[in-house]
Amino acid sequence: MGAIKADPSSKAPISSSPYSFFPFLKALRLKTKQQELLLRASALCLIYVLAFAIRLFSVLRYESMIHEFDPYFNYRTTLFLTRNGALEFWNWFDSESWYPLGRIIGGTLFPGLMVTAAAIYKTLHFLRFAVHIREVCVLTAPFFASNTAIVAYFFGKEVWDSGAGLVAAALIAVCPGYISRSVAGSYDNEGVAIFALLLTFYLFVKAVNTGSLAWALASAFGYFYMVSAWGGYVFIINLLPLYALVLLVTGRYSMRLYVAYNCMYVIGMLLAMQIRFVGFQHVQSGEHMAAMGVFFLMQVFYFLDWVKYLLNDPKQFHAFLRITLTCAISVGALALGVGTASGYISPWTGRFYSLLDPTYAKDHIPIIASVSEHQPTAWSSFMFDFHILLFLFPAGLYFCFKRLSDATIFLVMYGLTSMYFAGVMVRLILVATPAVCLISAIAISATIKNLTSLVRTKSKALQSSVSKGAASLKASAKASFDQALPFQKNGAIALLFGAFYLLSRYAIHCTWVTSEAYSSPSIVLAARGAHGGRVIFDDYREAYFWLRQNTPQDAKIMSWWDYGYQITAMGNRTVIVDNNTWNNTHIATVGRAMSSYEDEAYEIMQSLDVDYVLVVFGGVTGYSSDDINKFLWMVRIGGGVFPVIKEPDYLVNGEYRVDKGAAPKMLNCLMYKLSYHRFGELTTEYGKPPGYDRARGVEIGNKDVKLEYLEEAFTTSNWIVRIYKVKPPKNRW
Amino acid sequence: MEGIPPRRALILVLVLVVSSLFSVLASSSSSSPSQDVRILSVERRIDLTSFIVRAFLAFKVENTGASDVSEILIAFSPNEAQHLAIVKASTTAGKRKKKAYLPLDVNPIESPKGPNGAQLFSIALPTPLKSGDTAALEVLYVLTHSQEPFPAEISQSESQYVYYRDSALLLSPYHIKEQRTFIKTPSSKVESYTNVSPNNRVGTELRYGPYHDRSPYSHSPILVHFENNNPFAVVEELTREVEISHWGNVQITEHYKLSHAGAHHKGVFSRVEYQARPSISGVSSFKSLLARLPPRVHSVYYRDEIGNISSSRLRSDSLKSELEIEPRYPLFGGWKTTFVIGYGLPLQDFLFESSDGQHYLNFTFGCPLLETVVDRLTIKVVLPEGSKDPSAVVPFPVKQHYETSYSYLDVVGRKTLVLVKENVVPEHNVPFEIYYKFNPIFMLAEPLMLVSAFFLFFIACIAYLHTDLSISK
Repeated sequence: MGAIKADPSSKAPISSSPYSFFPFLKALRLKTKQQELLLRASALCLIYVLAFAIRLFSVLRYESMIHEFDPYFNYRTTLFLTRNGALEFWNWFDSESWYPLGRIIGGTLFPGLMVTAAAIYKTLHFLRFAVHIREVCVLTAPFFASNTAIVAYFFGKEVWDSGAGLVAAALIAVCPGYISRSVAGSYDNEGVAIFALLLTFYLFVKAVNTGSLAWALASAFGYFYMVSAWGGYVFIINLLPLYALVLLVTGRYSMRLYVAYNCMYVIGMLLAMQIRFVGFQHVQSGEHMAAMGVFFLMQVFYFLDWVKYLLNDPKQFHAFLRITLTCAISVGALALGVGTASGYISPWTGRFYSLLDPTYAKDHIPIIASVSEHQPTAWSSFMFDFHILLFLFPAGLYFCFKRLSDATIFLVMYGLTSMYFAGVMVRLILVATPAVCLISAIAISATIKNLTSLVRTKSKALQSSVSKGAASLKASAKASFDQALPFQKNGAIALLFGAFYLLSRYAIHCTWVTSEAYSSPSIVLAARGAHGGRVIFDDYREAYFWLRQNTPQDAKIMSWWDYGYQITAMGNRTVIVDNNTWNNTHIATVGRAMSSYEDEAYEIMQSLDVDYVLVVFGGVTGYSSDDINKFLWMVRIGGGVFPVIKEPDYLVNGEYRVDKGAAPKMLNCLMYKLSYHRFGELTTEYGKPPGYDRARGVEIGNKDVKLEYLEEAFTTSNWIVRIYKVKPPKNRW
Repeated sequence: MEGIPPRRALILVLVLVVSSLFSVLASSSSSSPSQDVRILSVERRIDLTSFIVRAFLAFKVENTGASDVSEILIAFSPNEAQHLAIVKASTTAGKRKKKAYLPLDVNPIESPKGPNGAQLFSIALPTPLKSGDTAALEVLYVLTHSQEPFPAEISQSESQYVYYRDSALLLSPYHIKEQRTFIKTPSSKVESYTNVSPNNRVGTELRYGPYHDRSPYSHSPILVHFENNNPFAVVEELTREVEISHWGNVQITEHYKLSHAGAHHKGVFSRVEYQARPSISGVSSFKSLLARLPPRVHSVYYRDEIGNISSSRLRSDSLKSELEIEPRYPLFGGWKTTFVIGYGLPLQDFLFESSDGQHYLNFTFGCPLLETVVDRLTIKVVLPEGSKDPSAVVPFPVKQHYETSYSYLDVVGRKTLVLVKENVVPEHNVPFEIYYKFNPIFMLAEPLMLVSAFFLFFIACIAYLHTDLSISK
């Protein structure tokens, strides 16, 4: 801990100063170091509270609720865990999803988040705080965001100094890139995973810096927590060997690194194998082989070091080196080749490929490409999520290179690799955020330190060499060098103000982004009404609650996979496919049903035992992320498995349209019919013909939709969700 | 109460058979002391305008025997007795201007039953009726689930028709000299009704009678088939939790399980028709309910298992607060929904101190929703931690038991008194009292716990900062 401990023996003797009248006042007077500690601690406390508070916008704007899609699954499993206990959870076979296949939940999820929330819940109940599990789940992400800020402080302190740590904590507390995934209600794996990621990195850097087994062990446990929480642990298990390799290559190999890496890798790997979902991947999957390779390389290196020490003859050693290296590399290559060929080592997965090659998913795995958060990042979202950090990042890299150490090398590598991944996928901005914040914090801290020391040196002319900290060496050198410049002090002051202006703009930007963009639960939609009032569209929950209350307990609902988790969590009904996209064929079957004619779709639905079909339709409200707009992906994914579905059949001259000029197959496929059933009778906008689709701004092409095998069972008040009942088969006699 | 149609039909057939037997039996059975009393005239008004059936009897009795009579019996058929929610009787005292209603005690007689299982209730007279004297009595009884939808399934565009079964003659253990029955239907749309001459129909009213000199337990079944589009809102289960805090708040949490008990919805639900033609589409459905809450209500919420429901409005004035709630979707026949309403009330409005130093809570029984039937009502009164000897005073019989519930920072738990009553109608919205002993010193327990916890935390911090645990110097 960075706390400066007050030495009990250093209590000042009682003197005859005015304080002797009030001895307690004397006790209250703090030494400079204590003052600094107090300031630092209170700043950290404020940052802690701020990081939590800024994430509560969504609760204030809407309500304490779970957001989006995946969090509903996490919430449902947490509920199951708290109600039925860990053993039941471990063995849970969920028959409510992926009908008729089902899903082994205990073996196919990262349990870290649920276990964390359940543990918090149990602790609170033990302390007699009768909170609801939903409140715990909603506030888990903000709570961990606060903790991340604290870890960022220690990390910054380890890498640079406590000032940089403080700035890093403040930056990461409000950084939109992180807030986007950790607002209250965003109960997702990433919420705790970023904390675990940064903690692992911090502990590892600490272990490398100290060479202490204890820190390495702690880092292994941090890694274990990360593995239990999120699939992104693969980033750690590849970054750490890469880092070790870089240190080896640059000649920075040390005993400290050896201890840290080996302990962390061996124990971390063994611990990670305890997670059922990960299993033996650490020794069997191609994505984890780099770590193992570096582990063996490290042993070879150590061995060579030892031989070199024994031989004491460069010539002999070089010969030995050549033989050993050739042997080691060929053995390694052979093992890898045999492992891959025999299928013991699984090849890289599509997701991993799509990270290395951004165009891979688009060509090969439409299901990954169809998710908006898997798209390559636009420049604007970098600007939106990082704001000034984007400019400070290179500056921070400059400072890091100026003062190269094991820790800064790590930070630079973390920053550069994660920035690359952030460019490949929008959602990975999240992983880059801590690195960007830390590196920018170094830039800010170092700059401000230099500037303030300039200002102070001028005012106290001869005290320029007061600051002996390694960080200010450059500053003081610069100060002594530039003393002749006339406007130096004024310039420094102006630059300081500039820096504060930038930082305040950052704070304002972050608050604005959080309140406007990242606090919407996406279950409840809000819009401005005609009179400026707030209009709430609560159609999703209306439909899900209707399903929950008014359909048979064992009803099977078919919908596009986006809504699967929500239907099971809120509607408490069985779904055919959900957001855990583990079976592409099953999803393609649903896509095929949606894009077929009604009679063909009926056969598919009969074979899947579907009772109800749910579609999302934004034509009345102008809600654009509805199923018609997602429809081409259904066609693509369906067509990927069933070649009878051909994308050109739904397009007219390569154009996707729903009006009169639409393709005939489009106008008569199941999705079109279900979305626009009886929509042709409705006037949505004044001055427009009936059947005017507000989401796409056209009059629909097929107003006379007749359903033969399905019937409308429920449509929500704003038509956003429409549910159809599949009629039982006709009598055959 | 809601049974599957075949079973219900069977019961009804049985009832009809049984009731036709009544008239046969009536002549043979000369049940003992009741023959000393006869009813001179009775007028029965049955109100079918809502889902709840309210019947109002006004009758004159005469003691024809030699001895005094201190109680008068009234009879209900087993089917009626099953659906009977409340029976109230009163007599008028004083003349004309100073006329006052005097409520009378009504108690069910467990045994002996009347012929064919008729349930008898005894009305205790304030003063025994002397031989040859007459007395005027008024009785109100309320029946639930007594209108059977027919057809049992309707589509969205149809309106709802129901059967009501009763007897043209009042079931009574006494000889009745003259009687009339008036049945009021919600609209003039009456499909059919049984003729028991003399009878006729005027607008929304069916008149049966006068019938003269009918022997005890006479019965003449009638069936009325009429349109009733009033909301058949039935709360299948209602749990009201009343949590008392002596810091100044009474917190109420009400868990509703609501259903539409009318004719089941059949086939398509078309939103476009429901929106475009509200007057003919889904007339028997309802989309909102009104709850009458006490005045000075605060922090009202309305939610369900999956979150807040944004469609509710609260209007309040000094006498009452009205909360208009809309379920997430309109309720058609057979559809269900569940929700929770919670609110806080100022303590001084409901908590008083009795003369012997006990505290007592005076609160309203029943369901705040207007015109709804509650099949099973559970009231849980959560007393503050440390209170002793709770007891309930309720004006009608309820089941009682004790529980312990835990809330924030509770160590020993809160004594909870649970009252359970089935078949509750708006007539049950009357005050009841919970008496208990409470020492105000217990109010400080929880704040002190918090204070000491924080104190210990700071002490621990100070101790940590002032000790040096490192081994190497």
